[in-house]
Amino acid sequence: MFRTRPDYRPETVQVFVEGRALMVPEGSNAAAALLIAGLPAIRETAISGSPRLPWCMMGVCFDCLAEIDGIANRQACMVPVAAGMRIARQHGAREVPR
Amino acid sequence: MSLVPVKAPQAPQKFDLAIVGAGPAGMAAAITARECGLSVLVVDENPAPGGQVFRAAEFAGTDPALARDMAPGLDLIGRFRALDMTYRPGATLWMLDPDTGTLSLSHLNETLEFVADRILLATGAQERPVPIPGWTLPGVMSAGAAQIALKAAGLVPSGRVVLAGQGPLVWLLANQLIRAGVLPVLVETRTQSILRTALEQGGIFSGFPQLAKGIGLILKARQAGMRVISGARHLRAEGSARVQGLRFEGGYEACDTLLLHEGVIPATHISMAIGLDHHWDARQLCWRPRLDVFGASSHARIAVAGDGAVIGGWEAAVATGQLAALDAAFRLGRLAAADRDFRAEASADALLQARALRPFLDALYAPSQEILAPPEESTIICRCEEVTAGSLRWAAAIGATGPNQAKAYLRCGMGPCQGRLCGPTVAAVIAETRSVPVEEVGHFRPRAPYKPITVNELAGSPHGAHRLS
Repeated sequence: MFRTRPDYRPETVQVFVEGRALMVPEGSNAAAALLIAGLPAIRETAISGSPRLPWCMMGVCFDCLAEIDGIANRQACMVPVAAGMRIARQHGAREVPR
Repeated sequence: MSLVPVKAPQAPQKFDLAIVGAGPAGMAAAITARECGLSVLVVDENPAPGGQVFRAAEFAGTDPALARDMAPGLDLIGRFRALDMTYRPGATLWMLDPDTGTLSLSHLNETLEFVADRILLATGAQERPVPIPGWTLPGVMSAGAAQIALKAAGLVPSGRVVLAGQGPLVWLLANQLIRAGVLPVLVETRTQSILRTALEQGGIFSGFPQLAKGIGLILKARQAGMRVISGARHLRAEGSARVQGLRFEGGYEACDTLLLHEGVIPATHISMAIGLDHHWDARQLCWRPRLDVFGASSHARIAVAGDGAVIGGWEAAVATGQLAALDAAFRLGRLAAADRDFRAEASADALLQARALRPFLDALYAPSQEILAPPEESTIICRCEEVTAGSLRWAAAIGATGPNQAKAYLRCGMGPCQGRLCGPTVAAVIAETRSVPVEEVGHFRPRAPYKPITVNELAGSPHGAHRLS
């Protein structure tokens, strides 16, 4: 779990993490928003269903895959937050829309 | 879902030099290339220039936890921002055709395409994997990840924080966390003696400025009351739903967040995917592209600069970026060889100075074999496909001679990260099992798309005539 330091990063943006409104510092990415929200996991793996949170935060590991604004399998750490962004956990493998 | 025609493809915009990555190497290369009159395109996956070392420096420059570390980057970023060039932040390169010089990028869910006569890869470093038991538990992250959260958004881990591993970044991050009001416990895995390494490797006098900075960080962290446990072995992250503590030989530290670090290696995903020659660096224990003094690779159009070429830190990256840009100007007929060589002297001198302490640091913080090739069978190596060390040893024993064979046996390296993270470990485990050097087992051969793209992006590319809707 991570906490913000509003004294030094006062500007915030409102996003929705799992449907819940959350103010996050400007400059955050979607993975940072999930860390602030304190969710137990960002996704469950496609293989064993084990919970994961971000490992690298720099686009290498793909452990932060999440559904952002309705698009699944996005690297949350590479997506800067924007006002109103909807960030949701991803369960198992991505489903292909029919 | 249906297919709708999109407008006819346009010829992609063309540049003298395309630079992939806007870290210190990419920014310095862009500045030098513009001085030489080249038209420059810079594409970068991140939203702002700076790379990892100066990530979000324009934001973080006023944060007291980071200000002193970001200050040197602000000048570089300022000069970069002022350039007359095409700069595309937030653009992810998913294919590079070195023969035609075509770059295909994903940008805001659309495909961009550009062409360049010269291409400079300045894609930087990534952290070495730290595959200890339990490293996939929520709450276990790389040290670099916590630093990125701090730089980008001012975040710090809440609760008890254990920092485990070794390397200059560990001490830097410890200081930054302390300045941000978090006092971690450091469990250091260093096994090499400082004094003996210094005597064997030298560089202490020529690299004195870097050494003094490092010693200063160590002293400050200790003065702040940081507890340091030295020479820790057999690390294991423990917990059920998330990490609850770090166990090691002779000790246990309870924690809410565990930050691991064992140094950095060049990010070679793209340079390997386009088939550049690479060689094994026995000192830094990593693959790196085979380059000449200007960073020119085995492909006539491609150069590599910065930590993606060889780990040297940001000052070395600036110098190699300048050298690659001068060489680009020479190869494109904008600079005589003598002028290139004359102008290169200052950069070459700076490079020597920046790298002076590197042999000492590489030897001092050499990762142990148990980090390179985890001994315990159940330890996960490939986080994406959840492939264990035990199954890899089995695959190697029944005939997988290298990472690409192991991929076919076990799917390791076939998940979304495409082996970026597990590649070094997969190779090391196979090498150990087969009792051969790592360079003999080779490395993964990544392929485009370098990062997953949607079918829409592919169909919407200038080569695609239709779009899914």
